[in-house]
Amino acid sequence: MAAQTRRLAWPLLVLVGLLAANAVATPGFFAVTVKGGRLYGSLVDILHFGAPLLLIALGMTVVIALRGIDLSVGAVVAVSGAVACEIIVAAGDPSSPGAVAGAVAAALALSALLGLWNGFLAAVLRIQPIVATLILMVAGRGLAQLITDGQITTVTSEPYRGIAAGSLAAVPYTVLMAAVTVLVMWVALRRTALGLFVEAVGGNAEAARLAGIRATGLSVAAYAVCGLCAGLAGIVISANTGSADGNNAGLWIELDAILAVVIGGTLLTGGRFSIAGTVLGAVIVQTLSTTVYTMGVPPESALVFKAVVVFVVCLLQSPRFRAQVAAPFRRGGPPAPAGGAGGPAPEEEDGTMPTATGDGRPDPREVRR
Amino acid sequence: MTGLSTPTPAASAAARVRALVDGRRRFIPVAVSGLVLVLLFAVGSVRYTGFAEPQVMLNLLVNNSFLIVLAVGVTFVILAGGIDLSTGSVLALSAMICAWLLREGWPPLLVIPVALLAGAAIGFLQGCIIHFYGVQPFIATLGGMFFARGLCYLISTESIPITDPLFGTLAQARVPLPGGTSLSLGAVVALAAAGAAAFVLHRTRFGRSVYAVGGSESSAMLMGLPVGRVKIGVYTVSGFCAALGGVLYTLYIASGNSLHGLGMELDAIAAVVIGGTLLTGGFGYVLGSVVGVLTLGTIQTILVFEGTLSSWWTRIVAGVLLLVFILLQRALAPRTVK
Repeated sequence: MAAQTRRLAWPLLVLVGLLAANAVATPGFFAVTVKGGRLYGSLVDILHFGAPLLLIALGMTVVIALRGIDLSVGAVVAVSGAVACEIIVAAGDPSSPGAVAGAVAAALALSALLGLWNGFLAAVLRIQPIVATLILMVAGRGLAQLITDGQITTVTSEPYRGIAAGSLAAVPYTVLMAAVTVLVMWVALRRTALGLFVEAVGGNAEAARLAGIRATGLSVAAYAVCGLCAGLAGIVISANTGSADGNNAGLWIELDAILAVVIGGTLLTGGRFSIAGTVLGAVIVQTLSTTVYTMGVPPESALVFKAVVVFVVCLLQSPRFRAQVAAPFRRGGPPAPAGGAGGPAPEEEDGTMPTATGDGRPDPREVRR
Repeated sequence: MTGLSTPTPAASAAARVRALVDGRRRFIPVAVSGLVLVLLFAVGSVRYTGFAEPQVMLNLLVNNSFLIVLAVGVTFVILAGGIDLSTGSVLALSAMICAWLLREGWPPLLVIPVALLAGAAIGFLQGCIIHFYGVQPFIATLGGMFFARGLCYLISTESIPITDPLFGTLAQARVPLPGGTSLSLGAVVALAAAGAAAFVLHRTRFGRSVYAVGGSESSAMLMGLPVGRVKIGVYTVSGFCAALGGVLYTLYIASGNSLHGLGMELDAIAAVVIGGTLLTGGFGYVLGSVVGVLTLGTIQTILVFEGTLSSWWTRIVAGVLLLVFILLQRALAPRTVK
């Protein structure tokens, strides 16, 4: 646990830095007020608008811990929103809670099914996860547009909009939804043996299988959960705008989600994950976006700003980079390992969970059969 | 035929096919890709009049010249076991630099090298971050993607038209071919780039090292190959190719816009995969990537000829084709030892 805390220290530092910068630049940044029975404020905004990203990142964490990756979540977001909106529009009374519940259930079921499809390709047919999910990433957006007939479908259903706009005890539903998902994930993965299985399969699928873990079933389930999370996020996003846009809903959110997971200290090489880290990562990514607006960073430099923070976080997590930076300040110690040609990066300092190839620079993709 | 172990003609035929295939298994994925391209084209020719015109075929090259160059660069990275998500953004950045510097009154012959150098520099930096600091390629090039796209917005959020006479001349230049057909200069450059890449990969020390590093990085290192130089090299090549693609794109579209090439990095990766290159590295050919791009282009052309099909069918069909190719690869590709 100590190692885990230490690993989270760097992203936490970045988050604190971002928030501090915000507090200096915008005096009322930390102010949280209650208007009309709902919390408002920049911090609430971060959590509210970050909820879809967090949902997806949570699903992605499990997939990545199993040595996979899911590029199709953005497309699933689009499909899920499209299905929900089309069903509601087609319903006799769009405002009846029953119609909305049915639409949401159908959208979630389809999302889970799409996830199962990914899992089937990646785990059963053993296609490399990047390619396996690239298929749905390419085709899924086409599917979403097919469902909405290329139009942006708008809904005027009160209960559906309420999914994003409503609140319980002043806390927005979206934040509650994300919190509940985090809790469920944490209990399932850290309070049962499931998390151990995930780490075992991610570390070495073959060894885990020989130890009696159903590696294939676990992977398929992980992709299905990831699809389900993406579907939920798709409903939140579409409820937020009251529309389904097959082209732009959830565009590039897969990259932000993967970024959040990696910033949170989960390795793309699998075998180790951190729910808390993912939450932290998602909040950092969303804080970045919010910071850009509140600090008045010109929109044209927003992306460069984001890129710089991404590089800073990644480099801070690299033990070799930290050693190089720290070297001039260390008295009498041995010089930092020089970046000699061909030398692999040193093992993560704690090395609690040995990686499959064990040379500290393992291949991020699946081992060929 | 009269050997002791040839009980039936069918078995002997199968044995001969196996013997023929055995030494050439590594060419099968590329051959399959080529076959599917020919099939697609045949379907198009039968269905639509005017599809099988030589100029239609050549236009595949003309309209996809920049994507070919992009895919060629990405092939290097994927062969070495990495991945490059930044190519679409670097293409946009290079196009943007061209348009911007030309508007500032720089001579065109200086503008093009500057754009190419910028792309190569971004690739080089990504390679350094990946190699020296052990940052995962997916994330490092994702950061590079944001960075390059962000630089585009910094240069200008609006589209910059290119009015330079030399660029106009280059864009209009056609290389005449027999039969009244012609190729654009961009297509010729793309083919040259693919040829040069094939030469580098198969006839130089660097090329062989790329395959070796992709096959097994630790083995390559134990063999004393300059793994670091190779890894940084492939990202530099990819950045350079993306920038070259950007220059070709400006010739094709005559403007710089920060929205150019959105999502093109995935087209390039898809083309490489369709072309039979394994994402795990160490296996594949540049020719396959060119075939992959042409396959994607042929699908587009068929959809244009079909006319009634909506644009989203392109995506669905591309996804289905991707699946078919990968399943074919799984079935046919040589079994590799773990």
